[in-house]
Amino acid sequence: MLGRKLKDRLFTAFCIASTAFALIPLGSVLYTILAKGLSVISLEFLTELPAPAGQPGGGFGNAIQGSFIVVGIASLIGIPLGITAGMYLAEFPNSRLSRAVSFTADVLTGVPSIITGIFAYMLVVLKFGGFSALAGGVALATMMIPFIVRTTEEAMKLVPWELREASLALGAPRWRTTLQVVLSTARFGIITGVLLTMARIAGETAPLLFTAFSNRFWFDGVMQPVATLPVMIYTYAISPFEDWHAQAWGGALVLVAMILALNIGIRLVAGRRWQ
Amino acid sequence: MKSKIEVRGLNAGFGSTHVLKNISIAIPENRVTAIIGPSGCGKSTFVRCLNRIHELVPNAWVKGEVLLDGKNIYSQEADPVDIRRRVGMVFQKPNPFPAMSIFDNIAYGARIHGMKDIPKIVERSLRKAALWDEVKHRLKDSPASLSGGQQQRLCIARALAVEPEVVLFDEPCSALDPVATAKIEELILELRENYTIVIVTHNMQQAARIADYTAFFLMGELIEYGETAQIFENPRDKRTEDYITGRFG
Amino acid sequence: MRTRVSLSPFLKGVSSDTVFQFLLACLAVLSVLVLAALLLRELIIGAMPALSAFGLEFLFSTEWNPVVGEFGALPFIYGTIVSSLLALLIGVPLSLGIAVFLAEIAPARLRDLLSPVIELLAAIPSVIIGLWGIFVLAPFVREHIAPVLMEYLGFLPLFKGPAYGYSVLTAGIVLAIMITPIVSSVSREALLAVPRLQKEGALALGATRFEAITGVVLPYARGAIFGAVMLGLGRAIGETMAVTMVIGNSPQIFTSLLHPGYTMAAVIANEFTEATDDLYLAALIEIGLVLFAISMVVNIIARAITWRYLRVPGGS
Repeated sequence: MLGRKLKDRLFTAFCIASTAFALIPLGSVLYTILAKGLSVISLEFLTELPAPAGQPGGGFGNAIQGSFIVVGIASLIGIPLGITAGMYLAEFPNSRLSRAVSFTADVLTGVPSIITGIFAYMLVVLKFGGFSALAGGVALATMMIPFIVRTTEEAMKLVPWELREASLALGAPRWRTTLQVVLSTARFGIITGVLLTMARIAGETAPLLFTAFSNRFWFDGVMQPVATLPVMIYTYAISPFEDWHAQAWGGALVLVAMILALNIGIRLVAGRRWQ
Repeated sequence: MKSKIEVRGLNAGFGSTHVLKNISIAIPENRVTAIIGPSGCGKSTFVRCLNRIHELVPNAWVKGEVLLDGKNIYSQEADPVDIRRRVGMVFQKPNPFPAMSIFDNIAYGARIHGMKDIPKIVERSLRKAALWDEVKHRLKDSPASLSGGQQQRLCIARALAVEPEVVLFDEPCSALDPVATAKIEELILELRENYTIVIVTHNMQQAARIADYTAFFLMGELIEYGETAQIFENPRDKRTEDYITGRFG
Repeated sequence: MRTRVSLSPFLKGVSSDTVFQFLLACLAVLSVLVLAALLLRELIIGAMPALSAFGLEFLFSTEWNPVVGEFGALPFIYGTIVSSLLALLIGVPLSLGIAVFLAEIAPARLRDLLSPVIELLAAIPSVIIGLWGIFVLAPFVREHIAPVLMEYLGFLPLFKGPAYGYSVLTAGIVLAIMITPIVSSVSREALLAVPRLQKEGALALGATRFEAITGVVLPYARGAIFGAVMLGLGRAIGETMAVTMVIGNSPQIFTSLLHPGYTMAAVIANEFTEATDDLYLAALIEIGLVLFAISMVVNIIARAITWRYLRVPGGS
């Protein structure tokens, strides 16, 4: 009997320890980012171009700008395509085509991010002869679309069929029902899904390494390479310069702050709404 | 009549809901005691307090004493795990463990308690549950291949395997057809010789058929308790009479 | 209910409902099926020069010497497999412990508080985990974990020194950290879905909580948990940045986990822009094709399993 009680206690202890253990890296990462990054943040850091290698000072201004632009391009491509596909899956779920699209989208969410970079490289960089913000946007859009399809589908499926039937029974055609009734009812869930996906791709580095590449200067046009926050952090982190390491932490703080703020904000608002 | 279980001033509920109000009752050894009453009167909660399963639900609370062979099962020294071995339970919906074979379902309890000679225990339990002949050639099969009535008898065999002293039945036949029900009632009558049985039922005819003693619960209170014949033929309380004659419930 | 669209003789008699469904279907096909097909196509086209030059032995050759035109993918396949398995070895028990704690042991309020916190770990970008890996984890492994392993287990070829901070072990730890959120949250959902009747049935037989959970609840949920582990594996295989920042990027196969390694995703990330000739680039893209194939197989199995047992929320 004693042995059984002991096993029970040990097991409980293991489970509690696992949970505490998982919180350690989380705490360590957040702590280190704050400890090492806070001192780097300044108006100069947020608004200036990077200084030449070896010279102190400078900032990540162009990287922050570039991230917004590339995420923007990706969103312009990815959001319309993702939402319409998600709409199709939610409104017409019973065909073979629908099931094929749903399963493919689900599987595509697991594509390694570096592969989307190769894809955009072949499609855009090779065709137009150089790295570009457009290529970066295409790579990120390829990542976005499957996620937005799934979240849109789910948000719209939450709308009960009775609502659609009510609209159809009034004589409204299917397209009006979907666009004016279902879409607007589900808009909150759809927007949440879109924002969460945008936050996710904003932190992606691999797809941009050989598409948007990098740039020491401000954004110069959609067909030119552009600096982005994640790539800049990576480049500076693996460099041999100490002050570049420090700036990498500063960049990390900015990136994490933006992403976490977005995530927490969405969850708080969503949580209250679903009360 | 020797009491196996003595309940004194039992109060129980969930959060602010007070389900059982001051129940005091003595359950006789080696007899069948039926708990009857309309839905929501606290019958299930009552038996679940007898093997300390009630307290596992979030927000559940219990006050009062339940004496098993004279010792309070709710005292600080009492071990709920041991109580549950001594007081077994068969649930309303058959719940065989799907990830195990028929054999392993029965062996599970025996193995946990370190009992020896498992195959013999399994055969003995299945015989006691009147299921041996039907499954002896397919002990490795999944319990999903059994009918509802067979699954319930499997659960009874599983409960018997750990050699309890009391077996609680919480509406064991409500999910079963009349033929399966008859088999289980027959089984309960056989078990009475060696075990103390408490059975919750909403079926008065069932209580009349198999129970030696019957307790009538209404809205969390014990209204009347006595020999089954007396309860059904000569109820002392008007509420009991109303329930039995079908005026409500 | 259906309005007739009479735009032209061609469209006469077609209802707006049908047009709507058709248009949406086209867009859906374009966004998903065409995208997937295009992705596969471009990978194959890009890899073609290497595919035709090296054939099947590409997958088994260990020589990665771009300077002299020798390309073998085995070191990267090996590194991916070893680091991913290590991630599972460390991460799965941890994740199950968390899942059991949150689903079975912790009070509901604590569960609701801690679950999103753990999932927060998944929201941190890979490059930042990698940054932390370089400056915090790798030194920690080199100074505190590796010496201990070498001292007690150094007789095994797995733990032969010298200890590098940038190693397969460090990569395995980083990957374990990164897959824990998804494996633990899907497992937690699986455990919460086990009917209460099953757990009560075990406890009513006099089982301790440990016996009820390990004997009945976990086996009941084992299908969905296996799916969760596969999802974690898929994630580990495709992970790029955090791995390349801590694994040492050395295209050699060492038996010791304390030595550097290389994965398929990492070599592509590192050398793609350095690839000086077409064959080099094609070889890298072929590695990408192999990576794509392996991770797609794992993901398809994972999704098929979790679809059967649980509905997995949109790609999370």
